[in-house]
Amino acid sequence: MKKIDFLNTGVGGQGTILASNILANVGLELGYDVKTAEVHGMAQRGGSVESHVRWGEKVYSPLVELGKADYLVGFEMLETGRWPMYLNKDTVVLSNSYRIPPPAVNLGKAVYPSQKEIETILTKKGSKVFWLNATEIGKNLGNPAVLGVVMLGALSNFVGGAEEVWLKVIKGLVPARFLELNQKAFLAGRAVKFT
Amino acid sequence: MKKLMTGNEAVAYGAYLSGVKVGAAYPGTPSTQIMENFATYPGVFAEWAPNEKVAMDVAIGAAYAGTRSIVSTKHVGLNVAADSFFYAVYTGLNAGMIVCCADDPGMHSSQNEQDNRNYAKFAKAPMLEPADSEEAKQFAGIGIEISEAFDTPVLIRFVTRTSHSSSLVDYSPDAVPATYESKPFPRNPAKYVMVPAFARGRHPIIEEKIKKLAEYAETTPLNRIEMGDPSLGIIAAGSVYQYAREVFPHASFLKLGMVYPLPKKMIEKFAASVKELIVIEELDPFFEEQITCMGIKVRGKEIFPMIGEFSPSLIRRCAAAAGLLEMNEEEKAAAEPSPEAAALPIRPPILCPGCGHRGMFNVLREAGVLVFGDIGCYTLGVAPPLNAMHFTGCMGASIGVAHGFGKGKTKEPYVAVLGDSTFFHAGLHPIVDVLYNKGATTTIIADNRTTGMTGHQHHPGTGMTLQNEETVRVDIAELVKSMGYKKVDVVDPYEMDKFAKILKDHLASEEPSVIVALRPCALKEKANRPPLHIDAELCSNCGTCLDLGCSPLVQEEDHVRIDPVLCNGCGLCQQVCPMDAIQK
Repeated sequence: MKKIDFLNTGVGGQGTILASNILANVGLELGYDVKTAEVHGMAQRGGSVESHVRWGEKVYSPLVELGKADYLVGFEMLETGRWPMYLNKDTVVLSNSYRIPPPAVNLGKAVYPSQKEIETILTKKGSKVFWLNATEIGKNLGNPAVLGVVMLGALSNFVGGAEEVWLKVIKGLVPARFLELNQKAFLAGRAVKFT
Repeated sequence: MKKLMTGNEAVAYGAYLSGVKVGAAYPGTPSTQIMENFATYPGVFAEWAPNEKVAMDVAIGAAYAGTRSIVSTKHVGLNVAADSFFYAVYTGLNAGMIVCCADDPGMHSSQNEQDNRNYAKFAKAPMLEPADSEEAKQFAGIGIEISEAFDTPVLIRFVTRTSHSSSLVDYSPDAVPATYESKPFPRNPAKYVMVPAFARGRHPIIEEKIKKLAEYAETTPLNRIEMGDPSLGIIAAGSVYQYAREVFPHASFLKLGMVYPLPKKMIEKFAASVKELIVIEELDPFFEEQITCMGIKVRGKEIFPMIGEFSPSLIRRCAAAAGLLEMNEEEKAAAEPSPEAAALPIRPPILCPGCGHRGMFNVLREAGVLVFGDIGCYTLGVAPPLNAMHFTGCMGASIGVAHGFGKGKTKEPYVAVLGDSTFFHAGLHPIVDVLYNKGATTTIIADNRTTGMTGHQHHPGTGMTLQNEETVRVDIAELVKSMGYKKVDVVDPYEMDKFAKILKDHLASEEPSVIVALRPCALKEKANRPPLHIDAELCSNCGTCLDLGCSPLVQEEDHVRIDPVLCNGCGLCQQVCPMDAIQK
């Protein structure tokens, strides 16, 4: 059983914790030992956040090692570009192309990098980068906040695992009144074709 | 069944299974979810106490009554509760009691990174440290056993990466909690009344107890030797053990589950069975100093830092630098910094859109006053562009420091600013002090009707308990009036002009005063307001609105735009716009 390490990054409040929780439980359903690590509190107030999810035969550390992420899942473009130290030549980077400008950019004191600049940072070690506008997909479904589950839908095509397994886990973790929306979000993400 | 649980969830579950019936805590990252989870189990009483000291006394009282109890706190909360914790070690209890404290190496959400293992040695109490969630569950039960066997409170230490990491736990949804016979409280002043004469009698008992606990440490399965390649022996505990296990898959380990007192004989035996001995521990050289004192040659802080949070990558890098292992090409490449990534604009945490604190800080900045701040979401008022906080130390320090600053014969206008939950935590005493000692401090209580930063916990001002029962709501303005404050105003921080006027009046006054800036947390009471928009034709691109530091306000080429997805519609930017370009 090969280990699979995920790093989920984004802006505090974007839902990385729920997405990591879903991802962890999918790993459990698929028979892996699983560990996760996340941060709460001050970091959640609109700051950069990262959460770690690890699947393996036997997982010791909840933290992914630098250079050893199998998947970098970025919920916001700039926040994907911040973590190249976790990548290697085989890492798959899946990123939301949606932008949330940080304070310095809002104030006109820094420039939000272009998608090309971010991609240059991320491909330096040979990783492959795939973009989708998960926030826009979520908005079209009725709520941009489901972007994380859209991302997981897209990720599921790379990671594997039957559609039913993912949907079952989502059903177990999402409040009933948001279930239909989240199921749609997952399937919409899963339907994204990358070239 | 196996269930994924965080360490916080697991220790709460373990406490429930061990028959713990009373829990008390004050919220604090990364410990908050321990009490939140414990509170959900049937047949337990759990409370948010106003602060950690009160929580500690409550749990001690429950244990005196013969009921098993739990306290949870973040590391710095144990400073607040230390006085109580120390006497409880002296008196002992009358039922098991565990104190879960969660350190925050790397300071993800704290003002310092103190190593609370020192408290075990300082207070002379045993401390356990789980390395994952299954251990967190088990250690709760073992902690209760040790507590009852040795008549002492037992510390269980967490760090962010054990509190907020998930791993698999043996879980049964219908497990029944342990039962035990509750003993009546013995009326025994020599044991429970810590006047000097009696405390002198207790101290030798405590020293004897620690010796016995050290003997227990030698035989308990909490500590175990895992022999691998004898050329390198590693002593580690908690999450650091997991990192080290990953970086050194073949080394020999002494895994400590009981981190105080240490099993000296076991350490000697382990040291003798390996060629080189190292200690890997985050923060202080707590094990290393004790092992060095035993006369054993060991390396620790010479290789690994005393500052910040560890990770497998950090351990690998430090170990490679010390010649303990070789890094492969990929690992070496990963350790190289990425200057391009480092140059990206940073994203510090900021006040949320619609946050009432923003209006308050805008008023304070415009008034140019010195702001003695405190611990909470509103500490973010220090960040640019608000730049409206000039001091923050610890919970409740704002008022006392402001009062002292005033007594220091300053000419600068100043205020103290603290939140409602922080006020109930540690603001009551200093606000009395200002009054009693004839100060002139203006205290602003930023009342958002919740404990914001830790994720919306109730407190004495919300009218609800941890277990979601309605209760008395302590009215802050009425409370301070009843103390004797004459100059008390309540203002909505969304009404910035009115706030500024009140502030001016209070600053001009010689008497101590209180302003309650009342506006419920924007995340908690979701407003149903349409987002605002900016008329690009009217916008002169002056940047006044940007100085509010509100994330939906974005600088475009020749005007400012409002991101409708993020905007809360609070209207603060509309109030400051000199061009009337911002519209509903």
